[in-house]
Amino acid sequence: MSVLNSKVPEGPIKDKWTNHKNKINLVNPANKRLIDVIVVGTGLAGGAAAASLAEMGYKVKAFCFQDSPRRAHSIAAQGGINAAKNYQNDGDSVYRLFYDTVKGGDYRGREANVYRLAEVSANIIDQCVAQGVPFAREYGGLLDNRSFGGVLVSRTFYAKGQTGQQLLLGAYSAMNRQIGKGKIEMFNRHEMLDLVVVDGKARGIIVRNHVNGEISRHSAHAVVLATGGYGNVFFLSTNAMGSNVTAAWKAHKKGAFFANPCYTQIHPTCIPRSGDYQSKLTLMSESLRNDGRIWVPKNIEDVEAIRSGKKKPTELSEDERDYYLERRYPAFGNLVPRDVASRAAKERCDAGYGVNQTGEAVYLDFSSAIQRYGKEAATVKGEKNATKERITELGEEVVRTKYGNLFQMYEKIVDDNPYKTPMMIYPAVHYTMGGLWVDYNLMTTIPGCYAAGEANFSDHGANRLGASALMQGLADGYFVLPYTIGDYLADEIRTGPISTDTPEFEAAEKAVRGQLETLMNIQGTKSVDHFHKRLGKVMWDKVGMSRNAQGLTEAIAEIRQIREEFWKDVKIPGGLNEFNPELAKATKVADFLELGELFAVDALSRNESCGGHFREESVELDGEQKGEAKRDDVNFKYVAAWEWNEDPGAANLHKEELEFKDIELKQRSYK
Amino acid sequence: MSEKGMNLTLKIWRQKDSKSKGKMETYPVTNISEHMSFLEMLDVLNEQLVEEGKEPVAFDHDCREGICGMCSLHINGEAHGPDRRVTTCQLHMRMFNDGDTIHIEPWRAKAFPVIKDLIVDRSAFDRIQHAGGFISVNTSGNTIDANAIPIEKEDADEAFNAATCIGCGACVASCKNASAMLFVGAKISQFSLLPQGQVEAKNRALNMVKQMDLEGFGNCTNTGACEVQCPKGISLDNIARMNRDFLSASVKK
Amino acid sequence: MALSGLFLIVFLLQHFSINLMSVFSADLFNEVSHFMGTNSVIQYALQPVLIFGVIFHLTMGMYLEAKNRGARPQKYAYNKAGASASWMSRNMIITGIMVMLFLGLHFYDFWFPEIKIKFIDGDWSGMENGAYRYWDHTHHKFVDPIRVGLYCAAFVFLALHLLHGFQSAFQSMGWRHQKYTPVVEKVGYAYAIIIPLGFIVIALYHHLIH
Repeated sequence: MSVLNSKVPEGPIKDKWTNHKNKINLVNPANKRLIDVIVVGTGLAGGAAAASLAEMGYKVKAFCFQDSPRRAHSIAAQGGINAAKNYQNDGDSVYRLFYDTVKGGDYRGREANVYRLAEVSANIIDQCVAQGVPFAREYGGLLDNRSFGGVLVSRTFYAKGQTGQQLLLGAYSAMNRQIGKGKIEMFNRHEMLDLVVVDGKARGIIVRNHVNGEISRHSAHAVVLATGGYGNVFFLSTNAMGSNVTAAWKAHKKGAFFANPCYTQIHPTCIPRSGDYQSKLTLMSESLRNDGRIWVPKNIEDVEAIRSGKKKPTELSEDERDYYLERRYPAFGNLVPRDVASRAAKERCDAGYGVNQTGEAVYLDFSSAIQRYGKEAATVKGEKNATKERITELGEEVVRTKYGNLFQMYEKIVDDNPYKTPMMIYPAVHYTMGGLWVDYNLMTTIPGCYAAGEANFSDHGANRLGASALMQGLADGYFVLPYTIGDYLADEIRTGPISTDTPEFEAAEKAVRGQLETLMNIQGTKSVDHFHKRLGKVMWDKVGMSRNAQGLTEAIAEIRQIREEFWKDVKIPGGLNEFNPELAKATKVADFLELGELFAVDALSRNESCGGHFREESVELDGEQKGEAKRDDVNFKYVAAWEWNEDPGAANLHKEELEFKDIELKQRSYK
Repeated sequence: MSEKGMNLTLKIWRQKDSKSKGKMETYPVTNISEHMSFLEMLDVLNEQLVEEGKEPVAFDHDCREGICGMCSLHINGEAHGPDRRVTTCQLHMRMFNDGDTIHIEPWRAKAFPVIKDLIVDRSAFDRIQHAGGFISVNTSGNTIDANAIPIEKEDADEAFNAATCIGCGACVASCKNASAMLFVGAKISQFSLLPQGQVEAKNRALNMVKQMDLEGFGNCTNTGACEVQCPKGISLDNIARMNRDFLSASVKK
Repeated sequence: MALSGLFLIVFLLQHFSINLMSVFSADLFNEVSHFMGTNSVIQYALQPVLIFGVIFHLTMGMYLEAKNRGARPQKYAYNKAGASASWMSRNMIITGIMVMLFLGLHFYDFWFPEIKIKFIDGDWSGMENGAYRYWDHTHHKFVDPIRVGLYCAAFVFLALHLLHGFQSAFQSMGWRHQKYTPVVEKVGYAYAIIIPLGFIVIALYHHLIH
């Protein structure tokens, strides 16, 4: 029997959550006032959790490294949020959302968690509207929807291309209400540097104030980590510059198992790299695939002509173009899930059909959509004999209202007008499905330490569907964690205030100070970014979109090498007790250098292709699915949860076998 | 790929911490590609400074895609630099020419004290929102169905436009009076335009304006600089709406 | 600020209308001036309100300017304020002070003598050498080209002040709407140019017909 107990409630899947909520332990209101909860991270999951817990009466301390909770990276999510509302009357249901999410995740998520997610999804929309989140509406005043990759219904609610921002502002406003009442104590510009465990329970954290370098101890009866994903291990990703794994990694080193670290989502529609100086990649929302068609030239001669500037993409006729997604996946076309779309782009570019200088770009073309919308608009306006120019003008107007801000962003970055020439896109690291292992209550393997949102591994299996991250963050923060945490805290009412003057806090603080001093004292020759970039390159080349045993083995050795050099040769200017961005970066990179190795170890041990994890050794060799990823349910139908063992590469593997009672395991097909 | 990069002279405000006195320092940078973002250009400078054993220039930044509102530089006399409708992280070096001198300063306002170099403390914005930047509804999820109250598309769009404010503080930085009225106006409008936010609109306006004044921001003299410099194009309509809400609330109180 | 400003805008229109009469008919101008100068409602009720309005606008203007300056103790080393806001909107304090200085001269020229005659000498007849003195009095003031020059310059500052002040007052009151705000702006520009220009024409008229 595995040491992992997922605590999934008994009973039929559709009743699990309701029954669980009914049976769960509660804390009475008078006692809640005596219980402290720490929430680290203030994105959708953390912000929502902090606000909800404070509303319920707990004393909450919230921490974020940004200068305001409103800046957490959830804010950058563009496309939308899924919910099984079936407002469009297209046959959507909780079951269908559940099914799509499990299938989209390539059958590597935990059924019960996913069903619960689908179940509460509709409440999220109600809640957000009540909070004043300005979702897009139709002229009738009702909410509008659009469709996203990997599904056949329209269930995505959105606020132009700024859905994450609007949802985060909603959660932030709920927090503001509690901060104003004194129920949440907010710590901005504070970074969690360690978790304190006392008698096997999470009892607090050690944080560093970025402004003055001050180290402080904070105690609580429970600690919630809502610290996002670790995509920045690749250096270049669509994550914010500050996004990091440190909080989760420190918890991992204190006993929280890290699950499926190799499950990374490479998002198909990002702006291609333009040079070595590049500091981050910019996402173009997946919603663009609703209307954009992806293609590369059919003939290699055209590719060369385009690269050398002799031809423009608009000069190529329809039959000179290869709409490879429509060709390979006629059922889903341009709306295949992200992992499939990304690999297909890589396949074309590796074959030499990439359309920019670096050979790493494909076209996302809106001209058909512009013509289609233009004709519709002309009909509506009664302009029967509209000229082609007029139709284009009308069509561009429609596209502008749908994606205006994205097109503007593209134009500002690339200096090219996407209404006239097709956008160039390429896949980039975007989201990490892996994270801290949690049970049904979202508790990690350290009692009292919870993980919510992208920081946990739970709902998306090996691949996340578009518009599901926002859904999961808010579901965890508003509706799941506030209930489930009570089950644990009910036993804590007699604990009383927790002192920070204990040997455990003392030791944790000493270790943090020791690490910071060591870093400052190295005074080597290379900047922090130097090491981070090297790590990123290894990760991208050998642990990126496609992986093989040899590359992964090499990657493990190379990462160890870089890590060793880092600890000998990193150079951090400035002082310890002051605002020191380089030092802050160094602590993050130090943890990425450890996580990177575990990441590769996990990828090596999972000798199957599933979702975002593609092993070259595991592909379909013939039949209709030839060349597609091949999952191995006999040997790998489990969650890989890694237990820290003094060295990232020496972590112990624990397996949580996945059970699929309500969905039949099938080869994922989008053909 | 551009073959040859630009050479630039940077004049940057350096200040050790909030207590120290700062001054402008001059740094040359060479071979800057026109495709770089402004912050990537500063990354190049910092990499160079670290190599020379000097302290890199501290500046706020995070998402680098114009949405988090963290970046905040006053570049060549303008908030977020010479381009319009962009944040500093989206400003690209193609806006500059070889040989240019670029002045870089932090936002200047009493309510935004400098923390270090180009980083300022904008927590005043948070405190204004603690005073009323919300709709008083619990997060139970047990509200009415999202489609129970249809909202006119125009109002929803207006509310959305107001809500696109990223709280970067460019309005304060560019206002000759360091006034935060565009920010506060947007935050008030975002809620007051929706039926669910109307209920407490009066109190919200009074409380948020009161906090704004306490923070030491200046008053609005309607120069309109904020609207021009706002990376998200937040309209002066929001200030008028706030004035209206505030005046009518003051009269009724 | 906005309310007192709007009040002064209304007053200015009234002042202008009466002055304009001096161009067309000395008698009419005298009649109206005498009425304004001796009517007790105007003298004892409206005049104090106007004075209060002027003083309020001035002191509040200075107070707010001081407060607003205090909101940015450390100035930018390099600032391009002109890139995003008009000169008029940024320099209301300068144009305002210029108009205030002009008001000093204007009071010295007209208001103080009137007050002296009425309240110190006790002469409420409005007559001088057997006829109303108002038109003659006004007319003689514009002999001096330097004074005319000062008046004209002051009206230019007034125009600059109004170019921003008119529509700014509406914005401050929250009266903004996509339909009528463009109209307000146009009316504001017209007012800010026509009224001061009119005053200049009147001053020049009196100077030139000597």
